[in-house]
Amino acid sequence: MTSLGKPMAHESALAHVTGSALFTDDLCGRFPGLLHAHPVTAPHAHARVLALDASAALIVPGVLRVLTAADVPGQNQIGPARPDEPLFPTEVMFHGHAVAWVLAESEEAARLGAAAVRVEYQPLPAVLELEAAVGEGSFQTEPLRLSRGSAQAALARAPHRLAGELFVGGQEHFYLETQSAIAHLDEQGRVFVHSSTQHPSETQEVVARVLGAHRHDVTVQCLRMGGAFGGKEVQANAWAAVAALGARLTGRPTRVRLSRAHDTSMTGKRHPFLGRFEVGFDAQGTLLALRMQLFADGGWCLDLSEPILYRALFHADNAYRLPDVELEGRVVRTHKTSMTAFRGFGGPQGMLMIEEVVDRVARTLGLDPCAVRERNFYRDGDTTPYGQEVRDPERMPRIWRELTASSDYADRRQAIADHNLRTPHLKRGLALTPVKFGISFTTAFFNQAGALVLVYADGSVQVNHGGTEMGQGLHTKMLQVASHTLGVPPSSVRMMPTQTDKVPNTSATAASSGADLNGAAIKAACETLRSRLAEVAARELGAPADEVVFDDGRVFARGRPEPALSFSHVAHQAHLQRVPLFATGYYRTPGIHFDRATGTGKPFHYFAYGAAATEVEVDGFTGMYQIRRVDILHDVGDSLSPQVDQGQIEGGFIQGLGWLTLEELVWGADGRLATANASTYKLPGLGECPPIFNVALLERATEPDVVYGSKAVGEPPFMLAISAREALRDAVAAFGSGRPGVVELASPATPEAVFWAIERARGSTA
Amino acid sequence: MAIRFTLNDLPVEVEDFDPNTTLLAFLRARGMTGTKEGCAEGECGACAVAWVQRDALGNTRYQPVNACLLLLGSCAGREIVSIEGIARGGELHPVQQAMVDRGGSQCGYCTPGFVVSLFAEYYRPGRTELDPEAIAGNLCRCTGYRPIREVAERMGQPDESDPFRRRLALAPPPLEPVRHGSEAGRFLRPSTLSEALALLAAEPGAVIVAGGTDVVVEVNQRHRRHLGLLSLESVAELTRFEYGADRVRIGAALSLTEVEQHLAGRVPLLEQLFPLFSSRLIRNRATLGGNLMTASPIGDGAPALLALDAEVELVSLGGTRTVPLSELFTGYRRTARKPDEILSAITIPLPLPDVQRFYKVSKRVLDDISTVAAAFSLRLEPSGKVLAARLAYGGVAATPARARDAEAFMVGQIWSRELVLRTQPLLARAFSPIGDHRGSADYRSTMIVRLLEKLWVDSSGGAA
Repeated sequence: MTSLGKPMAHESALAHVTGSALFTDDLCGRFPGLLHAHPVTAPHAHARVLALDASAALIVPGVLRVLTAADVPGQNQIGPARPDEPLFPTEVMFHGHAVAWVLAESEEAARLGAAAVRVEYQPLPAVLELEAAVGEGSFQTEPLRLSRGSAQAALARAPHRLAGELFVGGQEHFYLETQSAIAHLDEQGRVFVHSSTQHPSETQEVVARVLGAHRHDVTVQCLRMGGAFGGKEVQANAWAAVAALGARLTGRPTRVRLSRAHDTSMTGKRHPFLGRFEVGFDAQGTLLALRMQLFADGGWCLDLSEPILYRALFHADNAYRLPDVELEGRVVRTHKTSMTAFRGFGGPQGMLMIEEVVDRVARTLGLDPCAVRERNFYRDGDTTPYGQEVRDPERMPRIWRELTASSDYADRRQAIADHNLRTPHLKRGLALTPVKFGISFTTAFFNQAGALVLVYADGSVQVNHGGTEMGQGLHTKMLQVASHTLGVPPSSVRMMPTQTDKVPNTSATAASSGADLNGAAIKAACETLRSRLAEVAARELGAPADEVVFDDGRVFARGRPEPALSFSHVAHQAHLQRVPLFATGYYRTPGIHFDRATGTGKPFHYFAYGAAATEVEVDGFTGMYQIRRVDILHDVGDSLSPQVDQGQIEGGFIQGLGWLTLEELVWGADGRLATANASTYKLPGLGECPPIFNVALLERATEPDVVYGSKAVGEPPFMLAISAREALRDAVAAFGSGRPGVVELASPATPEAVFWAIERARGSTA
Repeated sequence: MAIRFTLNDLPVEVEDFDPNTTLLAFLRARGMTGTKEGCAEGECGACAVAWVQRDALGNTRYQPVNACLLLLGSCAGREIVSIEGIARGGELHPVQQAMVDRGGSQCGYCTPGFVVSLFAEYYRPGRTELDPEAIAGNLCRCTGYRPIREVAERMGQPDESDPFRRRLALAPPPLEPVRHGSEAGRFLRPSTLSEALALLAAEPGAVIVAGGTDVVVEVNQRHRRHLGLLSLESVAELTRFEYGADRVRIGAALSLTEVEQHLAGRVPLLEQLFPLFSSRLIRNRATLGGNLMTASPIGDGAPALLALDAEVELVSLGGTRTVPLSELFTGYRRTARKPDEILSAITIPLPLPDVQRFYKVSKRVLDDISTVAAAFSLRLEPSGKVLAARLAYGGVAATPARARDAEAFMVGQIWSRELVLRTQPLLARAFSPIGDHRGSADYRSTMIVRLLEKLWVDSSGGAA
């Protein structure tokens, strides 16, 4: 009996539902003398700091100290990719940029102290709009390019051509737990940081950098995160660094926790994108040539924008063969928060752009977009624009066929057409869209992981690995991998908090790779231990070691389930026999590479596939709409944990739905974020969850060379929500004349955006 | 004066506190960290707690409320259950067990709030099927809601030995008056109107608070710190409801949930308003009186009541005066209330108009703030001739307002599609809305006009 591949409750579910699960800021009460930090934020989008006078803050009762650049013992620099991100800036680069931090005995005193700090600013011109920044040539990078053949020649040859552009709005992560860190010192002045971080090793490195310390002087622990979604991949580091600096300078434990309004106005978001495209196609909608330019609004500093833009380019094909293609991307600088990783990491923007292109092609020709999509799927022997062979190309058409059948696509298409004839003010739309998503960090060296597994002499087990738990169920899956590999019940295994003194130099838990990488490392460590224990058991069972079976806490010879030894007995015997009961495991993804100079390589270990069919209903008076039904078929390989995977698929879909529909970021003319809290920035609520929501995992989908045949699931389902956007467009089109033609729809497709799209569609009727 | 309340069956006494303190801050400072802060403005529900309350039908029930918007002083005398008090004797509560079994938690941060909302729903008197609103005030960023919805849909009934069910057989604790003073300020909670007026006269700077769903947002988000807070939540005269022969009179301090229960669908326009007004977690505390007195241009209560020709009663030690709602709003977030007056009741004349409709244009259908709100009512002769029209809007001007020219134009004409088309140009000139993060000026202007067309289609059964 193994739990692997079977539905299992979240490893922390009991703690979640009783409120006993601890998040970083819940630890406050455990640190007597805790200091609270509050930022001094700039009221300009771009300005020079001319003078900073903290004297008035220091007389606020309870204020202990004001942290400025002069207090930094190491480097005043936290940039992950290049040194463009001072922790204490002299040039304000976005509205709300923290120029100093106040430490006080209470939150209230820290806030009052921050308000009392006098800062003199010289306002400078700011560029806020992506398109304006492109026009001004405000770029952070040189262009990145991927190409094959000659797009220009193929465009010239193509029987049909169209050109267009699309602006795609960004997205606030809105993890329910805001950014937080608590730092304290040990007796030697070394720092321990509790941090809500997806990347404890990088947080450790940044803290060490700011303190001028070695990494072994800094320990970072992440118990769990209350959501992260990429927003705590590099952007957790600053708060940990401020907390650590406060602790170092005062000797007292120091806490940073951003209020929601601070979090949204100080941290990065999904990149807004501007795409411009020109496509050549034939009368059946076959894509022949594509030229596409993507501009990513990187905000004020580089952060992860370059790999994010690469991933956008890598997904500008989605599931479609593009014979002659020229893709170019560039990171733009604006005076906004630095845009950062967010579930999909640029992939969603690239994929949305090609889906926009395919829909425009289909509607221009008056064809069913569903059929045009299917026509363009990759086939045997095809390669991507970056030269990677598309392994399993038959998987996409298979998913498409199965989902078309299970969602009753053809009959519903007809029923909707009938319905729309009867209802002039209420139109329904239906769309099916595919997802093909590349799995691996595109920065090759990140694709490694380590684990440390400890077996105690009573047979209980601790598992340490480099991955962090943010709700995605990583620890649950890792527990299932460990318990299956060691052949012990899940209750014998304890997942330890992620801590940098257990596994060093880890990668971020990101790129959907957490289970693939850490799972393989844990499996390796457990196999080492199991083979050592097999030797011990073999002697007692009188069987060869390679015939010893470990199953659910019982150890026996193959084919001879009785008599069996208990796992705890074998562990105890091993200890007496001086057999080491701890082991490390290590994994690196084989065979991945990418050459930036040529724009070719194999950046991905494999692709994850899926498709969704979404039906919506739109009110023609207001543009308001409802999601009526969603059907999803998704490929997770052999699922390690089906309930976790289903949760990732559903949650990813709804989060993607938010990005494409409700979630609209609005900045004022002064650069202030006008949508800084839940009252102004609308996440999907219960009302957005479709009343019919069918999710199925693709059968017979074993993925070779991945831990227990599984596939990554964190990001790919996010992009299934593109089907909702296309369904809205389908409904908008139904308000029009029915004549062929492009149906433009802004993104996000808020009710207002849908309303204007309907007006345009109706206008083309007249 | 210390305040006392019961928290998870244990008595709590708080001697000295700043009256601006919320229950959420208090709980977390005591190490009860299961209750979470997600937004501190009543939108996400991560801080939900439940308290024992008698509802408008006389049932004792657990009512979930947002602890981030709950002033500690308001907790005086209450019996409160936080997430830490739901599992008893080492056993998970059935709603907790169901959340575990169905995968209802991922990151776990919003989970305590959902569990509290589900817990309260589990004991809702007369529950036969899910009230989807029971969990619509809780936001989850991970799950996409499907498993949590299934937990809510498939809840069983509490058995007779269930200690919480047994608790509900008894009356809720009475709310004693509160006179709390500390160095940081005063929290005053009188029980009678005369007491309230006397306190207000003695402390004219005191900020009046009813449910706190607006006042405390300002405390949390704009860091307002009030030296004196005068809570009307337990003033007997302000929590009465009458449905008379010629008018409905709604006590200003009744929560929207209570108003909804009292009305029981008898005022269709308000029945349409309630689910769109806000989440249940907010409506359990928010009052119509508070909604009107904030005088927000985007409050949904005002346009609805304007369309019903409501009046408000303003009481002072000098007496009571009645003001038509249409004369209450004097400017952006300003009203005709004098500093010594308290809004005591809202009255709606009967009989009700023949056609009534409330529309809310917003990004999210539930739990959002209006881009444009419109409340329409028509009194019609049997011939279809318009006797009176009320076209009231929110979100289109500095105050909630009626389109009086358009209303006047419609009188005497037959209610028809043609009349709509001829009225629309007047509506187009009625207001000059601004554009902001909720919607552009153009969109608002267009909605003002189109919603009347929608009224025609909806009220005439879709006839084109």
